[in-house]
Amino acid sequence: MDFILQPWPWWFSGTLVGLTVPLLYFLTGQGFGISTSFQQVGAMCAPGSKLSYLRDFNKRKGMWTLMFAIGIAAGGFIANHLLSATPVEFLPESFMTLGGGIRLFIGGILIGFGTRYAGGCTSGHAITGISNLNWPSLVATIFFFVGGLGVTWGLGSLIF
Amino acid sequence: MTTVTDSEKSIEQPAVAKNQEGVSGLTLFMSLLMGTYFGIVLTKSEVVRWQRVHDMFLFNEPHMYLIIGVGVGVAMISMLIIKKVSAKTIEGKPITYKPKPFHKGVVIGGTIFGAGWAIAGACPGPIYAQVGAGAWMGLLTLAGAMVGMFAFAALKPKLPF
Repeated sequence: MDFILQPWPWWFSGTLVGLTVPLLYFLTGQGFGISTSFQQVGAMCAPGSKLSYLRDFNKRKGMWTLMFAIGIAAGGFIANHLLSATPVEFLPESFMTLGGGIRLFIGGILIGFGTRYAGGCTSGHAITGISNLNWPSLVATIFFFVGGLGVTWGLGSLIF
Repeated sequence: MTTVTDSEKSIEQPAVAKNQEGVSGLTLFMSLLMGTYFGIVLTKSEVVRWQRVHDMFLFNEPHMYLIIGVGVGVAMISMLIIKKVSAKTIEGKPITYKPKPFHKGVVIGGTIFGAGWAIAGACPGPIYAQVGAGAWMGLLTLAGAMVGMFAFAALKPKLPF
């Protein structure tokens, strides 16, 4: 039980992350990916949109991604409140300020825009794409790190 | 009479022609279940922590790289087995991977997302896990992500692909 309540080691976590791909295929028939849920929410919020990206999206099929996202939120709650000896520190104290909030909001904009432009995020491209030997997903993953390393090492002293 | 039928068709067909085929209730339920599983894994592995993401980009610790690496490896072996045995879903449908195509957005969008990942310390999955777990500042990241998605929807016709 103590093993469960402590942070899980990389080999255990990594195995469970990888198993998400076949389990999701087996149980739902869907390819593992999360950022499409943003498009689903957008299409639901703007049903009469003139933007084809939202108007032509299949909201009935995309509903599975929203259910998946709601599940992740529920999983976060369960893991933090029932399966952890001490609460998980999601964000450092330094983010509980106006400046911290602005940083999160700007980061969020880049995440929403970037994942949709790239056609996937860490789950859809890095995990699912690479494991299916889809080379554009490897390119995407390399550029995820180009962006992340560039910001961390290039602008680090300004924003962290 | 035929003209009436034709005009009726032309009004109704666009809605039908736009593929709006949904998924089964079972699929929706299983998606919720698998989301819960993944949310627990993300949180217990600490992939949801800003500090872990920051330490990954600083090369301070291999934790995140190892998780992603093992995850890709396990998923790859799983996919080989799925293809080898032509595995079916619980509803008896074939399992097929739809390849994501290459275009300029993979490079540009990928870089933009990477920057956001480093700043907010979360990729899309962890954003939902943070909000569900009660890390309310994560709502700002989520709100930003929605603004970013709408911005992409509006700018898409003008962006290079």
